[in-house]
Amino acid sequence: MSQTTTGHPVELLRFNTCGSVDDGKSTLIGRLLYDTKSLMEDQIEALERSADITGGGQINLANLTDGLRAEREQGITIDVAYRYFATPRRKFIVADTPGHIQYTRNMVTGASTANLSVILVDARHGVIEQTRRHTCIAALLGIPHLVVAVNKMDLVDWSQERFLEIRDAIEGFLPKLDMAKDVKFIPISALSGDNVVGPSDKTPWYEGPSLLHHLETVHIASDVNLTAFRMPVQWVNRPNNPTDHSLHDFRGLSGQIAGGIVRRGEKIMVLPSGLKSTVKSIWTLDGELDEAFAPQSVTLCLEDDLDVSRGDMIIGLDNLPGMGTELRARVCWMHPRPLQRGNKYFLKHTSQTVQAAVTSIESCIDIRTFEHEPAPAQLAMNGIGEIRLRTAKPLVFDGYGTNRLTGSFILIEQGTNHTVAAGMLFPPTEPVKPEYNDFAI
Amino acid sequence: MSAVTSYQLDHLDYLETEAIHVMREVAAEFERPALLFSGGKDSICLLRLAEKAFRPSDIPMPFLNVDTGHHFPELNVFRDKRAAELGGKLIIRKVEDAIAAGIAHPSPGEVSRNRLQIPTLLAALEEFQFDCAIGGARRDEEKARAKERFFSFRDAFGQWDPKNQRPEIWNLYNARVNPGENMRVFPLSNWTEMDVWEYIKREQLEVPTIYFSHRRQSVRRGGQWLPVSEILPPKDKEEVRELTVRVRTIGDIISTGLVESPANTVDDIIAEIAAARVTERGSRADDKSSEAAMEDRKKQGYF
Repeated sequence: MSQTTTGHPVELLRFNTCGSVDDGKSTLIGRLLYDTKSLMEDQIEALERSADITGGGQINLANLTDGLRAEREQGITIDVAYRYFATPRRKFIVADTPGHIQYTRNMVTGASTANLSVILVDARHGVIEQTRRHTCIAALLGIPHLVVAVNKMDLVDWSQERFLEIRDAIEGFLPKLDMAKDVKFIPISALSGDNVVGPSDKTPWYEGPSLLHHLETVHIASDVNLTAFRMPVQWVNRPNNPTDHSLHDFRGLSGQIAGGIVRRGEKIMVLPSGLKSTVKSIWTLDGELDEAFAPQSVTLCLEDDLDVSRGDMIIGLDNLPGMGTELRARVCWMHPRPLQRGNKYFLKHTSQTVQAAVTSIESCIDIRTFEHEPAPAQLAMNGIGEIRLRTAKPLVFDGYGTNRLTGSFILIEQGTNHTVAAGMLFPPTEPVKPEYNDFAI
Repeated sequence: MSAVTSYQLDHLDYLETEAIHVMREVAAEFERPALLFSGGKDSICLLRLAEKAFRPSDIPMPFLNVDTGHHFPELNVFRDKRAAELGGKLIIRKVEDAIAAGIAHPSPGEVSRNRLQIPTLLAALEEFQFDCAIGGARRDEEKARAKERFFSFRDAFGQWDPKNQRPEIWNLYNARVNPGENMRVFPLSNWTEMDVWEYIKREQLEVPTIYFSHRRQSVRRGGQWLPVSEILPPKDKEEVRELTVRVRTIGDIISTGLVESPANTVDDIIAEIAAARVTERGSRADDKSSEAAMEDRKKQGYF
């Protein structure tokens, strides 16, 4: 294990930054990199070179993350850029996600794996539609920690009143989003670095942590679901090696644990078949393990030779998931061709891809009011709505709120193979009833 | 350590489990994947991850290398040895041959083989009908790379369209391609140069000797030290010296900048990177031709 100087393992925090165009996301990331000494001389030189040519002599920290020609041409972020930096306490993966409404799908891309979202608000403009949209998406994606960074405080004379106004406005609508989790408000200036890495003397009225300090210390250990064992079978490991007899009987089930803990000797069940067995061994290249936990990638060998293949799910006998072909989900639509009732797609859920038909669009959310509009005719690009689906084969699933990995899916357009939607499943109405199909072999 | 904190992965474990998941998705979802293996430090990590993902079975895909003919000899020796040790099938396709076959066409006066790798690689993918190529690229290398997905779709011409990438959400990778199209997959996307070396240390992986400090005839050109060789003879009045150097990133012998360094263990290298004030790619001449050099190559099918 890699360790910090204090002897603790180095944790990884994944976060994304979002905000409207020109709210200063890229500048903020540039500032974090610059002030944590994560920028190298050649990168700074490149910034200076392009500043001489295009920036009127001013270094533009945003140019660090806007890596595409089209982005620099237009001065906007089109796609997610990932950046990496470290402090002695933690390593960070930052997804700089676009604020432009046209690229909301890329924001979902960057935010789906984040422990934490930083939403930037321009102190001058306050809460705008994009702020509501981004907060809504962060809530929808179940991001456990949220930071609202009220940026450009220098341009409102570091006004506490203005800061509180914005905080109250956002706190006013958070309950509507079920976003009662960990939310922090921090007044900053990304351009000058105030309250970004260290505390600022410009905001004596603010007693909270700087942004970086918060990122370094926010508690993320319990973000992973360790209570219900789930392992989608990704690949069946069956060495076909005629020269090595010891491998003749090896039959491993490989996958990344999506939730919970598994131990050698423990009873498990395979769904959808409902067959039960016992974990004989947890195989890894580094030797066998006594136990493994989410999100480790392992290979399980079972006591019995069950018929198990990719797409099946191995689960613990407590906390049973749901199973069925009739599903309800929230979706974020990501394609110019709108979602309509009756459309058929490929649905990828954990390690299985099945055909799915949209049986109804129950509602879509009005981002401005967070009201649900019932039974819309279609769901357009960047729309968020609730739908019902019927799948050709049963899914074994949890509610997204319980498990982000067994509760999520994507929809893929048939023919073009475009990824058209991100879906989050509602909790099952009842857990799977394995006794109905529990038969011995 | 208390029971609560023991169910936590440190950052290397996290990167490893993510990369193994990606590799297994490739094995499960593609008909004919290949793993790009050059013998460089990133692809060395890829091979270890492939072992972790698939052992005790054989690694279920061949290794593919595009040999520019300008490789460091040490690298090719290492590449062949490592592939043999793993019992993998190694396919080598040469730029030389691609030029002779009329697949790749050097521009007048073009010495670098960097651009010519593109048609050579695309022809190899076509020849073997590979629908997926796993590569060791990392997002921290370069800012166009920072935009890349784990599963990076390429059209029937091998092109990358940065404006129209598939959304990539959670760990649900859309691996579907139509005939003729293919996917480049980058399991090390979230790794940094430091992570790679820390992993090499943790896993005690062997790396080619040119990563470690050695004496080498070097010539000063374009603001950097380049290795003197048959294909890179010093010109008149150029400064030539024998220096104690190592390489930080390996490209072709004509574009790989040498770093003056006494580092001759992995620990030394880690300490050196921790104190470094320039990026790894700062020593690659091929990225310096324009601000979007990498992006432009990738659009044409560069890996």
